[in-house]
Amino acid sequence: MARKVPEINAGSMADISFLLLIFFLVTTTMDVDSGIVRRLPPPPDPTAPTPDVKERNVFNVLVNKSDRLFVESGWGDIRTLRAEAKEFLSNPQNREDLPEKRMENIPGLGEYPVSRGIISLKNDRGTSYDMYIQVQNELTAAVNELRDELSKQKFGVKFSELSNQRDIDAIQAAIPMSISEAEPENIGGK
Amino acid sequence: MARFKKEKSGELPAISTASMPDIIFMLLFFFMVTTTMREVTLKVKVVPPEASEVQKLEKKSLVSFIYIGPPTQSKMYGTESRIQLNDSFRTVNDIAEFIYNERETRPEADRGLLTTSLKVDKDVKMGVVTDVKQELRKVGAFKINYSTRKKAPRSN
Repeated sequence: MARKVPEINAGSMADISFLLLIFFLVTTTMDVDSGIVRRLPPPPDPTAPTPDVKERNVFNVLVNKSDRLFVESGWGDIRTLRAEAKEFLSNPQNREDLPEKRMENIPGLGEYPVSRGIISLKNDRGTSYDMYIQVQNELTAAVNELRDELSKQKFGVKFSELSNQRDIDAIQAAIPMSISEAEPENIGGK
Repeated sequence: MARFKKEKSGELPAISTASMPDIIFMLLFFFMVTTTMREVTLKVKVVPPEASEVQKLEKKSLVSFIYIGPPTQSKMYGTESRIQLNDSFRTVNDIAEFIYNERETRPEADRGLLTTSLKVDKDVKMGVVTDVKQELRKVGAFKINYSTRKKAPRSN
């Protein structure tokens, strides 16, 4: 004789789920963490020889303790930094005083002149973090804009909209994110 | 034509609430998925700077946070920028241990992917940030992320 299983009353289901819902509503934080991603260099090896980098291949950016910029050989401005960095990295007219390019065979792009330029960023201990991030942001923007331009030219879409990993790697190889931070020095005090 | 005669009862028909649990469940799942529990209580004031070239932090579980900023209770702790790890004020020397502990809690396969997010107030001087970065380099935590707020890209 099959015993009849009593039906469970589901009337309070809504109440229970309401309770849970309110709990998650209260504890939730909707902020998405975002930021500028960087890769720190490994600690310097004292025995390793200092790499020989030609002067024309280095774009010096210095920020002093009162947040003023010194770009290459004169006072700089945060508003023109992006354009200057772009010109340095792309060197459209193949000028003698801007970085050399080396032809490299990149899968997916073929032969492409890769700039050997390096942006060297140096800041003081007294520089404000806000200014430092602004500078980092402008330099990153310069690289991103160049990548976008190349990507549009080759693949017809922006770099951030590329979906094929091979294309992404190709663009990244063609325009490397070459921002280097100098070893810290204490110049201007705290 | 009595068939088409409208019922003239003044009552409104009761709305069926049978699908209410389903709706609530849907909302519940949404919030369950999007929620992140706040693990630490902030003891320092952090107003991140704004930047336009930001990337989203992937894999929240593989991120450890370092907070740097002026203490919120400035009467008790002064206004000098302090470093907060987990729930307490620490110095630069504690960062190595903090990173080792963070690595311990993650599965072995994921340890190389650990990202350190620096949540730094915009008024902090770079000196302390540089010290922290040097310390991170020493322990091999190379992947870092400067936490920033999203700003509309500035057109030149």
